[in-house]
Amino acid sequence: MDPIRTFQTKTVVLPIENVDTDQIIPARFLKVTSKVGIGAHLFADWRYDAEGKEKPDFILNKPAAKGAAVLVAGDNFGCGSSREHAPWALYDYGFRAIVSTSIADIFKSNSLKNGLLPIVVDKATHAKLLAAPGMDVTVSLEKQTLTLSDGTAVKFDIDPFARYCLMNGQDELDFLLAQKEEIARFEATPR
Amino acid sequence: MTTKPRTLFDKLWDSHLVRPQTADTPAVLYIDLHLIHEVTSPQAFTWLRERGLTVRQPARTVATMDHSIPTTPRGADGKFKILDSQAEKQLSQLEKNCQEFGIELFALGSEGQGIVHVIGPELGLTQPGMTIVCGDSHTSTHGAFGALAFGIGTSEVSHVLATQCLLQNRPKTMAITVEGQLRPGVTAKDIILAVIARLGIGGGTGHVIEYRGSAIRALSMEERMTVCNMSIEAGARAGMVAPDDTTFHYLAGRPRSPQGVDWDEAVEAWKRLPTDPDATFDREEKFDAAKLEPMITYGTNPGMGIGISAAVPAPENATMEKALGYMGLEAGKPLLGKAIDVVFIGSCTNSRISDLRQAASVFKGRKVSSGVRAMVVPGSQRVKKQAEAEGLDRVFLEAGAEWREAGCSMCIAMNGDQLRPGQYAVSTSNRNFEGRQGAGGRTFLASPLTAAASAVTGRITDARQLVG
Repeated sequence: MDPIRTFQTKTVVLPIENVDTDQIIPARFLKVTSKVGIGAHLFADWRYDAEGKEKPDFILNKPAAKGAAVLVAGDNFGCGSSREHAPWALYDYGFRAIVSTSIADIFKSNSLKNGLLPIVVDKATHAKLLAAPGMDVTVSLEKQTLTLSDGTAVKFDIDPFARYCLMNGQDELDFLLAQKEEIARFEATPR
Repeated sequence: MTTKPRTLFDKLWDSHLVRPQTADTPAVLYIDLHLIHEVTSPQAFTWLRERGLTVRQPARTVATMDHSIPTTPRGADGKFKILDSQAEKQLSQLEKNCQEFGIELFALGSEGQGIVHVIGPELGLTQPGMTIVCGDSHTSTHGAFGALAFGIGTSEVSHVLATQCLLQNRPKTMAITVEGQLRPGVTAKDIILAVIARLGIGGGTGHVIEYRGSAIRALSMEERMTVCNMSIEAGARAGMVAPDDTTFHYLAGRPRSPQGVDWDEAVEAWKRLPTDPDATFDREEKFDAAKLEPMITYGTNPGMGIGISAAVPAPENATMEKALGYMGLEAGKPLLGKAIDVVFIGSCTNSRISDLRQAASVFKGRKVSSGVRAMVVPGSQRVKKQAEAEGLDRVFLEAGAEWREAGCSMCIAMNGDQLRPGQYAVSTSNRNFEGRQGAGGRTFLASPLTAAASAVTGRITDARQLVG
């Protein structure tokens, strides 16, 4: 995974609440044993018709959405199934951050392990973003800010350890593996 | 020194800390039992191989096949018909991974096979005081035993395989207290659907729920599992019920339960787990069991639930409007009497023997309405065997329902068991998301009683009116 510091991009807006991971990637696409090319199935049932043709009305299929790396979505994004295929698909498609007023726990945890930033903002900021699809924004993981096109920099929270890993392109597993001795001690202690 | 009163969750969290949380790093939490299945584990094993790692505790890891396997009856040769080459590859990959890393596997066709959240408890693998994880959000089911059990992603599956630990930030606690007595025909499924309807699909985010109160204490273990199972549908990380005599009675004599002296010691330890009298929770919600009625969902998430005799509520926002549009429902109209196409009885929520007995009590002496497809899918091979020993399979078959092999089946619709576009189903499963049971399919979530009654009439039906 490439280290993340600061990036500039535009937004795409999906103003739907409670977007569940079954919508992000339907279960029939989970029969894979790798994650290569999984972005092709992102939002499959919203993006394609029964014949597999793109639905022109769906936001990601509109020319204006091409190249946007920030997805602004409604409250409680990523609820439901724990499938990590959801952040894999979003990342593989090209998204690098999800912005919402709240993001579901397991999805958030999975995203942080895959270079996809879950950014929770206040309602007023969210409303500004919803009202201006395609807005040019800057995400700074170093400063923990999302800067809107009007220059407002909005601070966001992120787990400090996940931030460290993302900024340095490191893996949480390395940290756990380094706890070998403490784990062995725990296992040897009667409970 | 007096110790601060602690909740059941606090006790489990504290006793599994390998390394406490600091300002810079999450806690390192030890995991007692890791359950795996074919869909969310293949990539984790690949990463292990790439890094030259082994499985730290194969004996604390148990695998089964459930999500993508066929549940159609076996052929004359006793063999299963796998849906496609992708599913086949995933299954053979799990077999290979388990063999290579020394993990016990309940493979397709074996006696112990079944839905991961059904077999853990029935084998006695799931025990009070344990931390349990699985790459599946319904892992919260195991919390019914007073375990801290939650779903994880595939990266975390690799973490647990390699280190038997997870990095976790301490969640908040929520008490959901249900006092009083349920009225006849109102079940554990109705309790949890009412809880989710009040909290909303995101209302429990960041919390671990403890279900308490006389109505919860009165539930059987299987009913408690139904309640804890759907905690995630309110966004909660986990759901738990403190262990008591009901728990101990269920576990006594199970194949993997402690035996002899170990059993006595275990029970003594388990008795110390319940929340201390003066312990406090970050949030509390109270429910009156006597006021609950059978619940059913009308929308496209499990929080969109109403009492079965209520009318579809007026949409409050665009999201709800979209849901009613997808479901083809009109606000202000009742759901009762709505014609349906399919009934699905199964899933990790409601596929245990008591669920099948309830469904059979409705099917007995009745027929599935013409034009309705009814599927009964037991949660495990053991449940299937038990149901057949009790003659429940005959009841289902004579009513005109399908009697299947064990698996997740139409709950997740990965194996070919699925709704056709536009079809309506009453399902005992846990999710009514758009397309969850097949692209374009429309799901009403309800109890096994409601599902069976609706199968018989061909319309959404209050089982109390049918059975009386």
